Amino acid sequence: MEKNNLKFEQLETASKKKKIIYRWILFLILGIFALYYITPLYVMIVTSLKSMEEIRTGNLFYLPKSINFDSWLEAWRGQLVNTTSGLKVDAGNVYLKNYFWNSVKMVVPAVAISTILGALNGYALTKWRFKYDNIIFLLFLFGTFIPYQAILLPMARTLGVLGLSNSITGLVVVHVIYGLCFTTLFCRNYYVSISDEIVRAARIDGAGFFKIFFKIMLPISLPILVVTVIWQFTQIWNDFLFGATFSFGEAAPIQVALNNMVLTSTSVKRYNVDMAAAIIAGIPTLIVYVLAGKYFIRGLTAGSVKG
Amino acid sequence: MATLKINDINKNFGKTEVLKGINLNISDGDFLVLLGPSGCGKSTLLNTIAGLETANSGDILIDDYRVNDMEPSDRDIALVFQSYALYPAMTVRKNVTFGLEQRKTSKEKIEEALVNVSNLLKIDSLLERKPSQLSGGQRQRVAMGRALVRDPKIFLFDEPLSNLDAKLRVEMRREIKKLHQKLKTTIVYVTHDQTEAMSLGTSIAIMNHGIIQQCDSPKVIYDKPQNVFVADFIGSPSMNLIKGRIIEENNNLFFECDSSKSKTNIPLKNYKFVQNKNLKDKSVYFGIRPEHVYLNQNSDQSFEIKLKSELNEYIGHEQIITFNFNDQEILGKFSSSIDIPGNQEINLHFDLAQISLFDQKTEERI
Amino acid sequence: MIWLKRNLPKIVISPSFALLVWFVYGFILWTLYISFTKSKILPNYKFWGIDQYFRLWSMDRWHVSVSNLFIYTSLFLILCILIGIVLAILLDQKIRAEGFLRTIYLYPMALSFIVTGTAWKWILNPTLGIEKFFIDIGFENFTFDWLITPGMSIYTIVIAGVWQSSGFIMAIFLAGLRSVDDEIIKAAKIDGAGVVSIYTKIILPMMRPVFMSAVVILVHLAIKSYDLVIALTSGGPGTSSDMPAVFMTQYAFHRSEIGLASSSAIMMFLTVTAIVIPYLYSELKREDGKK
Repeated sequence: MEKNNLKFEQLETASKKKKIIYRWILFLILGIFALYYITPLYVMIVTSLKSMEEIRTGNLFYLPKSINFDSWLEAWRGQLVNTTSGLKVDAGNVYLKNYFWNSVKMVVPAVAISTILGALNGYALTKWRFKYDNIIFLLFLFGTFIPYQAILLPMARTLGVLGLSNSITGLVVVHVIYGLCFTTLFCRNYYVSISDEIVRAARIDGAGFFKIFFKIMLPISLPILVVTVIWQFTQIWNDFLFGATFSFGEAAPIQVALNNMVLTSTSVKRYNVDMAAAIIAGIPTLIVYVLAGKYFIRGLTAGSVKG
Repeated sequence: MATLKINDINKNFGKTEVLKGINLNISDGDFLVLLGPSGCGKSTLLNTIAGLETANSGDILIDDYRVNDMEPSDRDIALVFQSYALYPAMTVRKNVTFGLEQRKTSKEKIEEALVNVSNLLKIDSLLERKPSQLSGGQRQRVAMGRALVRDPKIFLFDEPLSNLDAKLRVEMRREIKKLHQKLKTTIVYVTHDQTEAMSLGTSIAIMNHGIIQQCDSPKVIYDKPQNVFVADFIGSPSMNLIKGRIIEENNNLFFECDSSKSKTNIPLKNYKFVQNKNLKDKSVYFGIRPEHVYLNQNSDQSFEIKLKSELNEYIGHEQIITFNFNDQEILGKFSSSIDIPGNQEINLHFDLAQISLFDQKTEERI
Repeated sequence: MIWLKRNLPKIVISPSFALLVWFVYGFILWTLYISFTKSKILPNYKFWGIDQYFRLWSMDRWHVSVSNLFIYTSLFLILCILIGIVLAILLDQKIRAEGFLRTIYLYPMALSFIVTGTAWKWILNPTLGIEKFFIDIGFENFTFDWLITPGMSIYTIVIAGVWQSSGFIMAIFLAGLRSVDDEIIKAAKIDGAGVVSIYTKIILPMMRPVFMSAVVILVHLAIKSYDLVIALTSGGPGTSSDMPAVFMTQYAFHRSEIGLASSSAIMMFLTVTAIVIPYLYSELKREDGKK
């Protein structure tokens, strides 16, 4: 008996030691990866707060000597230059203010319209089965995968014919159309998990298609609506391809403006302003991510694990 | 209160025929139970009556009025669902009154109906709660309240008790029965549970593969099953079906068991055949329920036989013994107070007044 | 009225469906047809045959694009999945700071490729970026100029791409790990399996559908990648980090070769289709199986 007990104790302490070592290795690896992910954000922030002089003499990771938001102001409303009529914004410079609002004007209607239509489609496809509804769903599903290069040319021509090229309205239309596949897919997958019997009960109670949607389905759809809105917001805000292809100059969304800003080599490279601009362009989606990370991830996984 | 007639209903989903020529006639105040295994078409039939599915052919008449082309809400029926289907975002009060509101009933009438129903079903204390805050039994009551409040012509129930635990199920079963006795409404009730069917129904329609196998009172279904399917489906354990054939000796008919080593012929002279032609040498099943196998003679039609007991299953109030009858199994059901030794020849009595015979080919009662 | 009531669901879905058919499938067909014509700056609807495809496949720039796509996709795929699985498994060890770490691993996914590209372009800057840091801390001969080295610039895109997307792969694997039935793990523990063999022999093989999803998503992302290339290298130096998506927009909107551009778009479309169709097929079959 005693011999056995001794053996058990040895086993116990050995496994305890092993566990502690494992734990440390675990945290070490996780920490290294955390550094990998966080470093670019850190570099962006510190660079945006430095002066160009400081950037040239110091290095990437040094903290700024003093906190200075000049680059942020410059990125937002342009560089101020001395003219005969006092300080003015330099006309030749790209700055973000107008384009930021362009993006807002584009995102809000595009997200709202595509989400409402997606919810109605998902509801109609799952709760009011009709002939070929599965095929229609499959067409929507496949639509989420197409590379947009295959539709860019005809879309550009169509927008031209409609007189919508180079306009925010045109971009709203494009984002609604290609967002529909995603919103329909998300909502369809959510509604399919809700019991059909609820809809049947409501039909027997005398409610019709829209009444059931607004009175019974919509009040329980909040989770999926949040996911859909966040997904659409992120996608449309971050879009570059459609923005760069269908609009230029004044009507461009923020990602296009940011890229132009970084690429213009009219004057000396100002990395601090570039970084401030990049942060400004990323802030709205980052805020959404921080505030509603749970829904954000759910959207990503919902968009990936389909069917 | 109303009558319901179903004339030759057919229904396909794509190529699969789910309902094949269903005919039913339900009179006012009847409690009809549709009973069958899952996938037999009973829920589809109920949904077709409700108007949630459309039949491919045939007529549905409520009070002799054809309702095929009417919306579910215009048929004046109410349906209680298996999952209860309570509206998740509404309170119990809203759930119960939603249907009346859709029909533009006056506020006073709605309130009156709500008070009546909530008293009847004892849900008056739950009215402000959401469905997620209710227990299974409470949800069940609310679902019934939602149906009752409209005072429809016909009540439809789609396996309403199958999501409850065993104890609650028995309780709710009794309440539904009481409710029917009190309100005397016409009810169509779908279930796969034979105890529920037997205890509730004034008549039972047994369905399989989209066909009604037999529609009769519970007693007739139990005593005189129309075919092998019904005989096998009703009763627990189900009816013993012994393979054999009918022979004639000295102008008397006997049942002779297959592979008979010892020639035990069971006399059939008192059996009421459906028709008397071509009985000789027919291959048949001899059907006797386990509860009609006795240890002592208790009927003038008893047939005495010695069988070896092979297995004893004790289940509390009774015991089920498996006997060897010429290498075919035969089960007997006895009170558990009797001591029955295993692996022994025992004297048994078959009550021949309670047997059934089926044609092996057609599986129909003969 | 009755007709309206009966067909309301179809009526509701028909505008969206019409948009889908016209703007997705119709447009793809249009692009397909144009790829069979001689169209330059304007569409020319005279059928010309598959000559554009011969032209495309005889172009050095297209070959560079395709081989870059191949390099990018394979590295992007391998690294994302490797990092994703390792992080997911490590995070699955009942870590106290899990929520915090997950937030850090995943935030790049919220940023656009343009922002990602801008940030990495600065970090990888050959004079003032990471190179200067290493020189400052004593590695005097350290050079890191992939961004401006033909043949190496494609790897900078991999670095930035993996940074942006690997957290997402971690998230879907973590979700997959969490959905494994607890009793299976308990049974394995009672059978004496260690942590490593529980993961390699039992849990990971059960992740097959998640693997499939991850591969399809990543390949799909890689084929579509355009923004990141533009922001980081603009396809340069020269055309050395071109990818098919960049090639297509170049020829469509800057070189007025819409016939050729269409043929490259169709090549991209076919590649995606070849991967997605079998995937969707198996996914839908799996869903049917569940019913």
